[in-house]
Amino acid sequence: MDALIQNIINALQWGSFYALIALGYTLVYGVLLLINFAHGDIFMVGAYIAYFAAVFLLGGHGEGLGLPPLLVFGLTVPISMILTAGVGVTLERIAYRPLRRKGAHRLYVVITALMCGLVLENGNLALFGASRKKFPELVDKAVYTFGNVSVTNLKIMVIVAAVLVFLFLHFIVTRTRIGMAMRAISWDRLAIPLMGVPVDTVIVFTFVLGSGMAGLAGILFAMSYPILDPYMGAIIGWKAFIAAVVGGIGDIRGAFVGGFLLGFIEIGVVAFFPSTLRDLFAFTILLVILWIKPTGIFGVARTTKI
Amino acid sequence: MKQRTLTIGLVILFVALAVSAQFGLVDRYIQSVIMLMGVNIILSASLNIINGYMGEFSCGHAAFMCVGAYVSSILSVLLFADNPFLGAPLLPAYLSVVLFPVVALIGGGVAAVSGLLVAIPSFKTRGDYLAIITIAANYIVISAVENLEVIGGPRGFMGMKQVVRAMDSVAKLPWMVIWVALGAWFSVFLIRRFVSSTYGKGAVAINQDEVAAEIMSINTNKIKVAAFMLSSGLAGVAGALFAHQYGYVNAQSFNILKSTECMVMVYLGGMGSLSGSVLSAVLFTLLLEVLRPLQIIKWVIVPLILILLMQFRPEGIMGNRELPDFFPWMRKFYRFK
Repeated sequence: MDALIQNIINALQWGSFYALIALGYTLVYGVLLLINFAHGDIFMVGAYIAYFAAVFLLGGHGEGLGLPPLLVFGLTVPISMILTAGVGVTLERIAYRPLRRKGAHRLYVVITALMCGLVLENGNLALFGASRKKFPELVDKAVYTFGNVSVTNLKIMVIVAAVLVFLFLHFIVTRTRIGMAMRAISWDRLAIPLMGVPVDTVIVFTFVLGSGMAGLAGILFAMSYPILDPYMGAIIGWKAFIAAVVGGIGDIRGAFVGGFLLGFIEIGVVAFFPSTLRDLFAFTILLVILWIKPTGIFGVARTTKI
Repeated sequence: MKQRTLTIGLVILFVALAVSAQFGLVDRYIQSVIMLMGVNIILSASLNIINGYMGEFSCGHAAFMCVGAYVSSILSVLLFADNPFLGAPLLPAYLSVVLFPVVALIGGGVAAVSGLLVAIPSFKTRGDYLAIITIAANYIVISAVENLEVIGGPRGFMGMKQVVRAMDSVAKLPWMVIWVALGAWFSVFLIRRFVSSTYGKGAVAINQDEVAAEIMSINTNKIKVAAFMLSSGLAGVAGALFAHQYGYVNAQSFNILKSTECMVMVYLGGMGSLSGSVLSAVLFTLLLEVLRPLQIIKWVIVPLILILLMQFRPEGIMGNRELPDFFPWMRKFYRFK
């Protein structure tokens, strides 16, 4: 019983990361119908930005500002979120928007996104070297034990952050004007600009939201697993994308549920089987879900007209 | 005579290649680049059936390559080489020359069957959902191979060099260069036949409008199965050649990055252009080799070049046209469709 609860908490934390990244995928997909394959690497950039910001603010070795860790944490979160959002918007401006203007085939934009991801990964590797970075400890670790179940404050923070982000995004998409514009664009991309909705502004806003959440996921991930390497974003990004699709891509609830589902499956497999079987089981289960319900859990099948 | 010019030219090219490899006119490095080119030609041309002609978005092509590579490697090592797991060779070495193409084709066949893993969901699923199924298939295949301890698991599988040596013991020829060249020729020939047949036309119809194609009495499921099986089967053949060329396979060399490479070659060449994907495979391989001295910076520059190319020529090198559409004089020698 204790082991079960412990594993559920671990799965909630692990799923939170997937959910946070999947939210970014699903937001961009909902508006642009573009699989932004660079998103996993934007998450990685977020973690690195958080690392450099934290090291600079913490100081030590006679450099940096030498602020107390908690204040550094409070500053690093907004800094990394804003800068990561900047990276996402830059990609949109430089790579995706010109292609969209030219009316290129959708899949060429996807390939461009893949290439942007590779540039971010390997540019990072070329700039900062292959040695892994150790993220400094910003928040003192506190372990709460209930019976045999132990929870760290970081775990609670990650889970709470994921839930808050979900509620925030859900609020924005369903209750605000700009959210209404986002839904409208995904409903009909041809008619909406004629109604006076500034499409480009809405798209930039979408990228700000998605990449900002990736930045948040980056700093939380770096604090929970404090070793950074340039390829950490790729695998998590692909998996989060799969989670988003299983939930029903284009739907915020779908990304959230899909992320946690993938987290639960992975932790569940590791709890009962050798950990090398994790990918095999996780993806087989997801494949079966998609076989049974091809549009994902929250996806709605649209009729095709000729 | 004029229709045969291309065939004769290719035969002369292949013989020249084999002779120059035989007498050491090109060194081992250039040979390996040429072989990689051949493998890449098969990969990009076969992926073009699905991503180009049929308009689906398959991003797990390397999975089928992995299946073909492992199946053919195990079979050839079982038949012609000494292996601690599989025991002594079952057949005499001189048969290896005759049976290697059969082994490669069996690898391709098994890969084609594994292509059903993607083909059957594609009846109901389209677009990005199918893309996810292919990615998941890629992860599943790699993970399954890594968990099979009998074939080396994550350490990889080797022993194919002994098979090549067995071929060498029959006659001292650059066997792998010959096989790769033949394999590439065979694949391009097969794909050209496929896309200019009613099946290929059906695939193009599915690309343009699946519902309309069905109304025009095209059996879309049949065409999808045929296209996916042909594509994954040829990827399996490419994997078999790849494995025997290096003499070592590892599941991680068929990961999502390899699939990305395949996709890049297809979109670089242009969707639905066979000559485009052959050209882009050659160019892409050359580009990677030319930039090799830059080490890690290579992987920054290559994607940047591709991004720029997409900005200035978003339909790829050839668009969906073939070489004779650009150079009409070629029609005398080579007719497409």
